[in-house]
Amino acid sequence: MSEEKVGVYVCHCGHNIAGTVNVEEVSEWAGQLPNVAVAKDYKFMCSSLGQEMVEEDIKKEGLTRVVVAACSPHMHEPTFRGACQRAGMNPYLFEMANIREHASWVHQDDKPAATEKAKAIISGAVRRSLELAPLEPFRAPINKTTLVVGGGIAGINAALEIAGAGYKVLLVEREPSIGGHMAQFDKTFPTLDCAACILTPKMFDVGNSPNIELLTYSEVEQVDGYVGNFTVRIRKRARKIDTTLCTGCGDCWERCPAKVIDDVYESGLGYRTAVYRPFPQAVPKYPVIDTESCIYFKNGRCKACEKFCPTGAIKFDQEDEVVVVNVGNIVLATGYDVFDARRIPAYGYGRLANVFTSMEFERMTNASGPTDGKVVLRDGVTAPETVAIIHCVGSRDKNTNVYCSATCCMAALKFAHLVKEKTNAQVYNFYIDMRTAFKDYELFYTRLLEEGTHFIRGRAAEVTDAARLPGEEGKLIVQAEDTLIGKQRRVPVDMVILMVAMEPRADASEVAHRFGIGCSDAGFFTERHPKLDPVATMTEGIFIAGTCQGPKDIPASVSQGEATAARVLGLIGKGEVQIEPVRAQIDEDRCSGCRICNNLCPYNAIDFIAEKGVSRVNPAQCKGCGTCVAACPSQVITGQHYTYDSIMSQIEGLLYDVRSPNEKVRVVEMEPA
Amino acid sequence: MTASNGAYVYYPGCSLQASAHAYDISTKRVAERLNLTFNEIDDWNCCGATEFFSINALPAYSLVARNLALAAQTGGAPELVAPCSACYLNLRKTNDYMAKYKKLNQQVNQALAAGNLHYNAGSLRVRHLLDIVVQDVGYEKIGAEVTRSLQGMRVAPYYGCLIVRPDTGYNTEYPTHLDKLMTTLGATVIDFPMKTHCCGGHMTQISEAVAYELIRRILKNAADYGADAIVTLCPMCQLNLDVYQGQVNRTFGTDFNIPILYFTQLMGIAFGMTPQELGFGSEVVSADRALAQIGREEPEERERPKRKDKQALPMPALNGGGRSES
Amino acid sequence: MLYTSRKPGLYEQIMAETPGGDVLMTCLQCGTCGGSCPSGADMDATPRRLFAMLMADMDEAVLESNTPWYCVSCYYCTVRCPQAIPITDLMYTLKQKAIAAGKYHKEAHADFSGSFVGYIEQYGRSFEFGLATRFQLTHHPLKTLSKGGLGFDMLRRGRLNTTPDRIRNMPQLTAILNEAKRLAAQHGGAP
Repeated sequence: MSEEKVGVYVCHCGHNIAGTVNVEEVSEWAGQLPNVAVAKDYKFMCSSLGQEMVEEDIKKEGLTRVVVAACSPHMHEPTFRGACQRAGMNPYLFEMANIREHASWVHQDDKPAATEKAKAIISGAVRRSLELAPLEPFRAPINKTTLVVGGGIAGINAALEIAGAGYKVLLVEREPSIGGHMAQFDKTFPTLDCAACILTPKMFDVGNSPNIELLTYSEVEQVDGYVGNFTVRIRKRARKIDTTLCTGCGDCWERCPAKVIDDVYESGLGYRTAVYRPFPQAVPKYPVIDTESCIYFKNGRCKACEKFCPTGAIKFDQEDEVVVVNVGNIVLATGYDVFDARRIPAYGYGRLANVFTSMEFERMTNASGPTDGKVVLRDGVTAPETVAIIHCVGSRDKNTNVYCSATCCMAALKFAHLVKEKTNAQVYNFYIDMRTAFKDYELFYTRLLEEGTHFIRGRAAEVTDAARLPGEEGKLIVQAEDTLIGKQRRVPVDMVILMVAMEPRADASEVAHRFGIGCSDAGFFTERHPKLDPVATMTEGIFIAGTCQGPKDIPASVSQGEATAARVLGLIGKGEVQIEPVRAQIDEDRCSGCRICNNLCPYNAIDFIAEKGVSRVNPAQCKGCGTCVAACPSQVITGQHYTYDSIMSQIEGLLYDVRSPNEKVRVVEMEPA
Repeated sequence: MTASNGAYVYYPGCSLQASAHAYDISTKRVAERLNLTFNEIDDWNCCGATEFFSINALPAYSLVARNLALAAQTGGAPELVAPCSACYLNLRKTNDYMAKYKKLNQQVNQALAAGNLHYNAGSLRVRHLLDIVVQDVGYEKIGAEVTRSLQGMRVAPYYGCLIVRPDTGYNTEYPTHLDKLMTTLGATVIDFPMKTHCCGGHMTQISEAVAYELIRRILKNAADYGADAIVTLCPMCQLNLDVYQGQVNRTFGTDFNIPILYFTQLMGIAFGMTPQELGFGSEVVSADRALAQIGREEPEERERPKRKDKQALPMPALNGGGRSES
Repeated sequence: MLYTSRKPGLYEQIMAETPGGDVLMTCLQCGTCGGSCPSGADMDATPRRLFAMLMADMDEAVLESNTPWYCVSCYYCTVRCPQAIPITDLMYTLKQKAIAAGKYHKEAHADFSGSFVGYIEQYGRSFEFGLATRFQLTHHPLKTLSKGGLGFDMLRRGRLNTTPDRIRNMPQLTAILNEAKRLAAQHGGAP
């Protein structure tokens, strides 16, 4: 019989646990378990009073193990480990029993069963705690350089904040310029500030900050390491421009004969040349050559840009460069893609010329856009007299995306205002619900009502050019139910604007995998906690900001960008990180050197030591996932904190009521067949 | 060619025995030319159309399931083909729902047992005739059979509702497989926004006002876009647009004169068969004028919507990504 | 009339008796169904409104509504519904309920469906000629003469059989349908 003295604490979690599990009964029962010296139940164990109770008992009763039966260790394992440590106990001798997510929440309709299950979970935790060994966390210094991925408004703000505090930032952007979607906009709601006016100075600051190294036209290919010590491989795609010579004078793109539709910056509504700078305020100012549309790369002739470049900066033979850098923290601000409106054929996008997406319309109203800011039909000249704006295109729809894209209602109001201002056209908004939460947004809605914008409460059913009634000939007809009167309406219009959803980037899951973070069902990056830890991820040292985490507007993206900076600066300020000692360890004396574990390790943490003929775990790289432990044919790898004995004991504890407590688990060694 | 080697179980449905016999005849002629073997279900019964499901659901599912059970015993299984859209829907829906909803499956099979039958839900694959033609035979093989191009004839491809909805795998609002088939035959296909709208269905029997308006919308759209004929694949659609066209003209003071033809009839013409052997002549609005368009070198110049202009903005491409320059 | 808090009623029955029908609970009242419906303009309530009425316990008014009878089974509402509610199937269930309650709309073609089903139960096949004449004679006797023109057109072109087709194994079909009706009565509607 073990000498250990275990304290068991059963948390009510208000009603969350106590409403389903009979906590008094469970705690009394736990007090009878072997080795349990103290068993108590308490309303909120995570409160300071709850924690102090644990600390006091460790000191007074001489507890050597502590089990708290409460919520998921995701939430409060760090809390109680801290309490144990304060009382002088090794924090790895603490064990959490999750009787909320695993019992009370999932068995609300069967209270006796939930109570019995809580007992089993606690019994398992107590048995396991007896097998725990004290561990010491590793300490590692933090590299003070930060990688920010994505140069939209969220990434720009993160980079500027960190750089402003005096630390180096590496800002990687896939496109030739930073600026992101915001650079495409003309006005921003609800104040109607000019987007360029407020964004351009920030972009300029990024380009001029001595602490920010900007890698545009580049992508992160590989990430290794752990918080404080990441190694990142970045591919700098060849611009085909020598940026040490280029002055950004523009002679090259003015002479370039290859004109192509610009699907990125102009959202397909305008053109660019093969050698191009996406927009005049681009940072950096240097162009790139798009080799797919460049005539020289297609058939070996042309070279107009090279001929006219006054500084000889065109380098057709320039190749991609791969750079490997060490950084301490990573901020992902990779942004969103817009929904492809062709996926809803009822709205006719791609078939009906005068159906536009919201991103096309952003470019159209932009003074530097393809129409110089004029609101016109696809023919490029005719101003519309009636415009329909359709909300929720690709949002709130099980056929496409179930979530609300959060920004479209306000953007639709902005468009309605701009259409009215520029053309005096009648504007009809077709909406399901108007969502104008947040500061001063509702006022903007009222303003649009005062401007005489029409609002029809009904999701547009279809847009058609099949005229049915007089007055419909040559028009687009939006058909919907006006749900406030309960009748069908057909509204003939000249132009339709589809408020398309924000979607996760097409490669979001690939990127998430590369950085070792998770994605939600919808495909956005998953935060550590939806309310209380919104910019951290489950991977230490990797933070997320802006729309890669979920649809949001500019103020929210900026806030998140700055929040990530605070988190990064906090870690840099600490100077070093503690790394969980939950690691795999190889008994080198017994290792046969078969190397099976080497390639299985998802973190490349196992090296083969050739001179000794054995494998060895690099504890800084190892994440303690246990893959190698399970795979080792000689069973010589131990997962610290999750040892064979601790897991078997926990199972025995869980099964306390189906097996006599004195019966030993007999492990039968199987003879190979 | 397919898993079925060109052999299928054939469910003609009641309409093809009478009001749509032209569809039946032309289907059989075309199938023969394409080496498709259609084994008719012995002693099949009505699918219940849209009516039986309004009265009592379980007998309605059981009615359809008798056909499925008999089909599964017929040579050519597991591919069951129906030329009528309503039959196709009822057979497919019963097959799918029985596979999806256990209680329904159990109850329907209990009813079938009273007739010494059993159907293993989902064991058949229910398909519409058009799907067999474009997927299993394929445009290429069809194109190779064309001896008399339909060039000069402008057709409005009319899919109706039930071969695209609900969830048949084709675009639910703007399918293009019938368009492509007609193009393969050499016809000119008009952009036809009403291509998957309702022909009125049974409303001709319930409310003439409602039915005639639904029919009018389709005829008007086809006329607006200058169609010589509407091509269809459903007996109900054909009947409503053809037989009631005169009533619609009288009701609305219009003068539509658009023949409504089965796609199999036009396939037969393009394959060099005579109108007589394809059941032409049974349509109320005569196809003669439309057939006379075939072979014309220069189709009449009709006013088309214009959007080409120097100042014009690029247009998003309809299929896949990318855009087209204006 | 004052509408108050609700009790379980027709709303729950409709959902229970339609395969996958319980998704109706997630209706957003967005009106996509009502906007899409080709005969929506002639319905006394759009499908959306009918669902709102069901949720407000207006069972009588729902059963008497012409809405389900004006449904043309085009399935536009079903495929466009952002909540993937099987609206067309729900309309069929509403028709069955209205017939069972004897409350269907006076314009309803419940007896058209009835005649149709009658022929199937008698012959195993539908009988267009008999249907057209029997239904039209009982419902629109004055219009039948002009309809006669249509019938004549079709007869002349060999598109109407004047005698019904009959399947050989009628006893088998009858046995199946009778058993199905017995089960339906016993379990209160299908699945």
